[in-house]
Amino acid sequence: MMQTRMDPRVALLATLVATLLVSAPALALQAGSGHDYGGLELSGNLAVHGDVVHTMDGPPIRDGLVLIRDGRITYVGPAADRMHTADMVVLRGAVVTPGLVDAHATLGLTGITNQPGDQDQLDRSAPAQPELRALDAYNARDPLVAWVRGHGTTTVHTGHAPGALISGQTMIVKLRGDTVDEAVLVPEAMVAATLGDGGRAQGEGKAPGTRAKSVAMLRGELVAAADYAAKRAAKPDATDRDLRKEALARVLTGELPLLVTAHRHQDILGALRVAEEFDLRLVLDGAADAPSLIDELRAAEVPVLVHPSMMRTGDASGEKANASFETAAILNREGLPFALQTGFEGYVPKVRVLLFEAAIAARFGLPFREALESVTLAPARILGIEDRVGSLEVGKDGDLAIFDGDPFEYRTHCLAVVIDGKLLSNEAR
Amino acid sequence: MRSVRRTSLPGRLAPGLLTLAVLAMGAVALAAQDEASESSRVRAFIRARVIPVVGDPIEDGVVLVEGGKLTAVGPRGQVAVPIDAEIVDLPGKTLMPGLICTHSHIGEPWAADGSEPIQPDVRTYDAINVRDALIQRAQAGGVTTVNIMSGSGHLMSGQTTYVKLRDGRTIDDLALRHPDGRVMGGMKMANGTNSQDDGGKFPGTRGKSAALVREAFVAAQEYQRKLAAAADDPEKDAPDRDLGAEALIEIMRGERIVHHHTHRHDDILTVLRLSTEFGFDVVLHHVSDGWMVADEIAAAGAMVSAIMIDSPGGKLEAMNLSPTTPAVLEQAGVVVGVHTDDPINDSRLLLRSAGMAVRAGMTERGALESVTLAGAKMLGLQDRIGSLEPGKDADLVVLSGHPLSVYALVEQTWVDGELVFDIQREDDRLSAYGGPGATNATTPTFCCFEDRRDR
Repeated sequence: MMQTRMDPRVALLATLVATLLVSAPALALQAGSGHDYGGLELSGNLAVHGDVVHTMDGPPIRDGLVLIRDGRITYVGPAADRMHTADMVVLRGAVVTPGLVDAHATLGLTGITNQPGDQDQLDRSAPAQPELRALDAYNARDPLVAWVRGHGTTTVHTGHAPGALISGQTMIVKLRGDTVDEAVLVPEAMVAATLGDGGRAQGEGKAPGTRAKSVAMLRGELVAAADYAAKRAAKPDATDRDLRKEALARVLTGELPLLVTAHRHQDILGALRVAEEFDLRLVLDGAADAPSLIDELRAAEVPVLVHPSMMRTGDASGEKANASFETAAILNREGLPFALQTGFEGYVPKVRVLLFEAAIAARFGLPFREALESVTLAPARILGIEDRVGSLEVGKDGDLAIFDGDPFEYRTHCLAVVIDGKLLSNEAR
Repeated sequence: MRSVRRTSLPGRLAPGLLTLAVLAMGAVALAAQDEASESSRVRAFIRARVIPVVGDPIEDGVVLVEGGKLTAVGPRGQVAVPIDAEIVDLPGKTLMPGLICTHSHIGEPWAADGSEPIQPDVRTYDAINVRDALIQRAQAGGVTTVNIMSGSGHLMSGQTTYVKLRDGRTIDDLALRHPDGRVMGGMKMANGTNSQDDGGKFPGTRGKSAALVREAFVAAQEYQRKLAAAADDPEKDAPDRDLGAEALIEIMRGERIVHHHTHRHDDILTVLRLSTEFGFDVVLHHVSDGWMVADEIAAAGAMVSAIMIDSPGGKLEAMNLSPTTPAVLEQAGVVVGVHTDDPINDSRLLLRSAGMAVRAGMTERGALESVTLAGAKMLGLQDRIGSLEPGKDADLVVLSGHPLSVYALVEQTWVDGELVFDIQREDDRLSAYGGPGATNATTPTFCCFEDRRDR
C-alpha cells in the first residue's frame, strides 16, 4: 500500500510539527478555521524551503529550496547549494508542491449560494451555444475561488458546464485578482459539449431527445460551421458574421479542442467517431466507462479528464453507475494520458477540492507521484500550459503550495499558497 | 458467511462469470461450514493493533468472539485463547469497533409522501430495500450499524430504522429490535428551507414550521390526556387509536429519539426550544452553523451528528458551514458524531469524515468516538455497540493502517461475529472500489435466516 512508498513517509517523518515561517512580516497560522476568505497579498521575492520539494521535474528534493523573483521561478534545488538572499521573504514547510492545476471545473460560474442568481454555467434556451464565453461569466470574487485556492489549487480550467449538447466555451484562470482580466491565463480554451443523458434537452419534444439525435445535431453544427468557414474564406463580405459558427470553426481548425463530457461507453465512442470524422482535437471529460474502452482510447490518442474520484454514482440517469475510485489508477496503469478534475456539482459540496479527489485516487491505487502529477503537470500538458505551470522549474510561474505533511493525508494541512510569487493564502486548511 | 450475490455483472468478460459461479459454489461450501460451527465456536482475532475506543489502543491485542458477542479484549498474554479457537491472524492490521452511521439514506428509505408535512406514523421500516447495493458499499466502508431515515423535505418525515448491516434477505434480517419486539428507530424531523414549501399544507416560513410542530405535539398531549382520563374513568370513552400520536408520545416519553436535520444557527436554537417545551431527546444533525452556537448546544445537553462537506455553500443554509464544527463542539463538551448522509457522502468514506474533523481541530480520540461510541449513544445503543468491551456485539472492522489515515483500507467488516465484507473476495472488492456492476442490486441465494434475527 501507499504507506510503504517513500515520498509521503519521508515527508511525514521529516515534520512532526507544522511550521510555516515567514520572516517579514511574521504571520500566525490558524488551523482549519476556514471562515476568512480574504487573502493576504504579500508581494516580493520569495525563498521557499521544503523538507521535501516535489518539483514534478525529476525526483523529489530533500531539504529543497525554490526561489521566486518577479513572479517567476529562478532556482529549484537543494537548499545547501544556494541559500536565499537577504531581500527575500522566507516560507518554510514540510512539503512543497507546484500549485495544483484543476483540469476541469465550473468554478466562478457556479457560485457559492447555488441560487439562480449566481449559477451561470448553463443557459438552456438552445441546445448548441458555442459562442458563450466563460470570460463573460467568471466571478473572481466568489468565495469558493478563495476556498479552493486555500487548498492548493492555483490554476483552473473552468467554464460552461455539462448539461447541454454544446453549453459554451471554457477558459483557464489563475486564482488571482478581483477581476477576470487579472485572473485569465487563456481566455478561450475549449468548447464544451455533452453526449448521453446529460446532454439531452429538458422538456418533451425538445431536441436532442436521444443519443443518436445528439450526435446528429453535433455533426450538423460542425458541418454548418465548416460550410460557413469556407464561405467566409472565399467571400468575407458576402457572408454575415455568425458568432456561433465562428466558435465551432475554431474547433474544426484544431485551434480549440472539443471537450466532450460522456460517461457511458456508447457516448464515449460517439465522441471518438465525431472527432475522427471532423479531425477534431478531442478531450474526454468524465468518462466513467473509460476503463472498458482502453484500446479505443489508446488508438484515438485522446486525453481523459477523469471524473472526480468521489463523484456520486447514483444519479437518476444511471450513467455514472460504473464510476470507480480506481478509474484514474486503471488509466495510469494502461499508460493513457489523463488528469484529475473537480467537475460540476449541482448541490453540496458546491465545489470539490482537487487535493481531496487526488487523495482518494491515491488511496485506491494511483501511486503517490502519479497522483500528484495528475493534478499538476498532467493537466498542464493536456491544457497546453505546461510552459507556465504544472511543475517547479526555472522560468515557470512562481505558483506553489506548502503543506505540513503528506499533501494527501486527511490530517495534514495546506499552509500557504503562492501564485506568481504572491502569498495569496496563509490560512492552514 | 456472505449469502448474497449480484444479479448480473454487465460489462464483465466470460472469465468473470466463470469466477462468479466458482464463488457461488464456494459460498455454498462456506455457508455449510459456517452452519456447522455456528456461534458456539470461539473466534480469536490476534496480533492486530486493537482500538477499543474505550481505553487506550492495545499494540498487540487479542479479541475473542463467541456467539456473536465479544467475550474478551486485551493484550496478548493477558487473554487466554482457547485451543480450538478459530484464529483470525491480523499482523500489522488495525482492529476497531464496527462504524456507526447515525444518518444515512441507503436502502431507498423514502417514508413520508407529499401529502402532509408531519407524518409520524410512517415508518422507514416499511420502505427499506435491503437488496440495495449501497448496503454492500456501507459494509465496504466498515459500517456495521446505520440509522436509516427518509429525507428532510418534511417537518417530520417518519420513523427511522436502526439496522445492523448483516447480509440479509429481508428488512427483518437487519432491523434491530427492542426486547419487546418493536423495531428500533428514532423520528426524523427537519427545519429550515428543505421542509418549507410555498402553498399547500407545507409551511412557508420558519415561524409556521415551528407552529405546526408544536400543534402536532400538543395534539398528542391532548390525546394522551384523553387516554389517561378514559383509563381512570370507565364512563369516558377512549379516543380512537392514533398511530401518529402514539409515535409522538413515544418521543415525549424518551422512548424514541428525535433525529433533527438543522443547519442555521437560529434553526438549531428552535430545535432546542421545542425539545425543551415537549421534553424530548434530540440529536442535532448536520448543524452547518454548529460552531456559532456551541455553548447553547452544550447547555441544552443535546448530542450532535455533524456532516463534513468539502466546501461551504451549495444552499443558503450551508453558507457558513465550517469543518471546525466537530472540534468546536467537542471543546464545548458536546457528544459529537459524524455521519455520511449517504448519498451526500459515500458510506465507504465514513472514516474520511472523522479524519477531516481532525484536520479541522478535533482530537483523534474524539474523531474515533465520532464514528463509534458517540453514534451508539445517539441511537441509545451504547450498552451494545460502539466499543470493544466484553458483552458487546462482535461488530468489527479490520483496517490496513491508522483509521484516520487516507491510506488505510477497510479490509474486513464483521457484524455479530459474521464476516460480511472481505476485500479479498471479488464481489466485495467491487463494492469497495466501484466499477461495472458495483451498483447492481443484490439477490439472496440461500435460505436459513430465521435464526439471525437480532441476536
